[in-house]
Amino acid sequence: MDLNKDQQLDLLYYMRLTRSLEERLDNLYRQSKIVGGLFRSLGQEATAVGSAYALDKSEGDIISPLTRDMGAMMVMGATSREVFSSYLWRSTSPNRGRDQNIHFTDLERGFIGTISPLASLVAVMNGVLLAARMQKKKTVGMVYVGDGATSTGVFHEAANFASAQNLPLIIIAEHNGFAYSTPTSKQMRVLNLADRAKAYGIPSEIVDGNDVLAVYRSSRRAVERAREGGGPALIEAKTFRMRGHAAHDNQSYVPKELLEQWRARDPIAYFEKYLLEKDVAAASEIESVTSRVDTELDADLAWAESQPAPRAESALGDVIASEKPAVIGAGKG
Amino acid sequence: MKDEKVFIALSPFHPFYSMAAITLLEAIKQGIWEEMERDERVFLLGEDIGVYGGAFKLTEGFLGRFGEERVIDTPISESAIIGAACGAAMMGMRPVAEMQFIDFISCCFDMLTNYAAKSRYRQGIGIPMVVRGPCGGGVHGGPFHSQNVEAFFLNTPGLKMVEPSTPYDAKGLIKAAIRDDDPVLFFEHKLLYRNPKIKQEVPAEDYIVPIGKAAVRRQGSDLSIITYGAMTYTAMDAAERLEQEGVDVEVIDLRSLNPLDREAIAETVKKTSKVIILHEATRTGGMAGEITAIINEEAFEYLDGPIVRVTSIDTPVPYAPPLEEFFLPQVDDVLKAARSLAAY
Repeated sequence: MDLNKDQQLDLLYYMRLTRSLEERLDNLYRQSKIVGGLFRSLGQEATAVGSAYALDKSEGDIISPLTRDMGAMMVMGATSREVFSSYLWRSTSPNRGRDQNIHFTDLERGFIGTISPLASLVAVMNGVLLAARMQKKKTVGMVYVGDGATSTGVFHEAANFASAQNLPLIIIAEHNGFAYSTPTSKQMRVLNLADRAKAYGIPSEIVDGNDVLAVYRSSRRAVERAREGGGPALIEAKTFRMRGHAAHDNQSYVPKELLEQWRARDPIAYFEKYLLEKDVAAASEIESVTSRVDTELDADLAWAESQPAPRAESALGDVIASEKPAVIGAGKG
Repeated sequence: MKDEKVFIALSPFHPFYSMAAITLLEAIKQGIWEEMERDERVFLLGEDIGVYGGAFKLTEGFLGRFGEERVIDTPISESAIIGAACGAAMMGMRPVAEMQFIDFISCCFDMLTNYAAKSRYRQGIGIPMVVRGPCGGGVHGGPFHSQNVEAFFLNTPGLKMVEPSTPYDAKGLIKAAIRDDDPVLFFEHKLLYRNPKIKQEVPAEDYIVPIGKAAVRRQGSDLSIITYGAMTYTAMDAAERLEQEGVDVEVIDLRSLNPLDREAIAETVKKTSKVIILHEATRTGGMAGEITAIINEEAFEYLDGPIVRVTSIDTPVPYAPPLEEFFLPQVDDVLKAARSLAAY
């Protein structure tokens, strides 16, 4: 279960990639090049990266991340080209401008883009795992929800369903303090999201979501147990959303002291310090992770900006299988 | 294939291949059974469908033949059922999910309209699943066991909808729906399930009824009734009475509600120039409004009278027999509308 040096530097790379990529997205948003919403995962990178890193791609493991789990998607093999081109609504982006941010899917690489009604993908992931069972595969599914999503009906239905069917489903429940502007204290009368799992007979763990190694270890335990037929698990990652719900939101409702408290526990700074103090990596090696990320992102952003916008008529087609693109409907004749 | 038929004949649960006329329910059952024999990707999930065989016994015997991996009894969780069907379909399976009564489909509206319907368009991944269940009134089921839900979904691009009125179509359409690459909502009028009057012999060999094609149930030249589901029989009864009055009525059974057969709709209007649209679902925002718009777009200049709607009234489906009878379109309602329209 212990990770070697390269693997630990991998974790750092994916966290840094997530943060730097999102910082560039922030700039693009301020330049009005990104339209619609921009949802940062600042402060939550360790949860996304550490959990997905526990999966085994050779077994066909698959995730469904929230928008705030871009790091998990990068671990599974999504690229910054795809992320930039999606946010910049280019015709060559994975969804060709038809859907936004990281709502894109690649079953081969093992990620299913989320949809905006929260926790819907918990139910969908159950089906992925039922299919895997019928296809005699040992796939483990990992699905992400925030504290807010654990209040939806579909979350409870799907968690119970997974348990009743003993599916290898890992629910990463990110407790990041706020659902948009509503603090957890106004969302539920239990202290921990993990408490919710008890109602379904699903074992749970609570982990420091800002400690990437702790998240990894906890996830790894759950993944191994699930693959061996032990059924679903819920991991509650205690973390904090360091930005507003989306870029338009200045999170004035969050007490400043709380932000200060969590800023001191920044997951990347924490992990870099750990790597240095434990002599896992030298300062130069940590710096080279950052510079590698910057070089990649500069190139990928330049590529994405060079890509064409979609033609207006490409809004048509592909609603159903037999439908030819560019059939002009009565309303557009 | 020959070996399969030998097996089927030996199956203790299997009522097929007797060449006797079968009910609409038996036809659907045969269609699903044959698809499960043909294609191991097809599986069932729903409430009480396994051990109990379904609230209407449509899946009786399936658990014994196909096992609990392919006949899954679920919790009472329609969102979880449809979510699971979506996920399995994405991974190459062909789920057939049952709504115990189609009224409960409202519980999984989000999974259907936001996930299943949009998946191909937004992320290029089709969701080949069937969501089937009993619809319709006339059995005193009250406001929660009698509805027709097609109009809820008509405004959602990406969902197909079919409703058979005959055993032949029921079997052919359920097979077509299972083989279809998109999500199909399959409505089964419970009044027709075991109605002995509509029993039919169906071919022993494999066949499908294509989605998107209407059927002409009765040729006529004076007036068209465009309808579907159990109302097809109301239309046929009305047509017989009108014949005695000298009005020659054509009856179109749509079979597919999305996509609609625009050609068949236009053709019958061009032939008779007078149209009644008859459906059991409530009036406002119903299928009839959409069909009216299609007629305007395709055949306006052929009309010799107003397009007339005969539908249920705009209330929930009431329980008590006299109330429900008042609610549902009756033959007399069609006759009244037809006489008035024929006079134009």
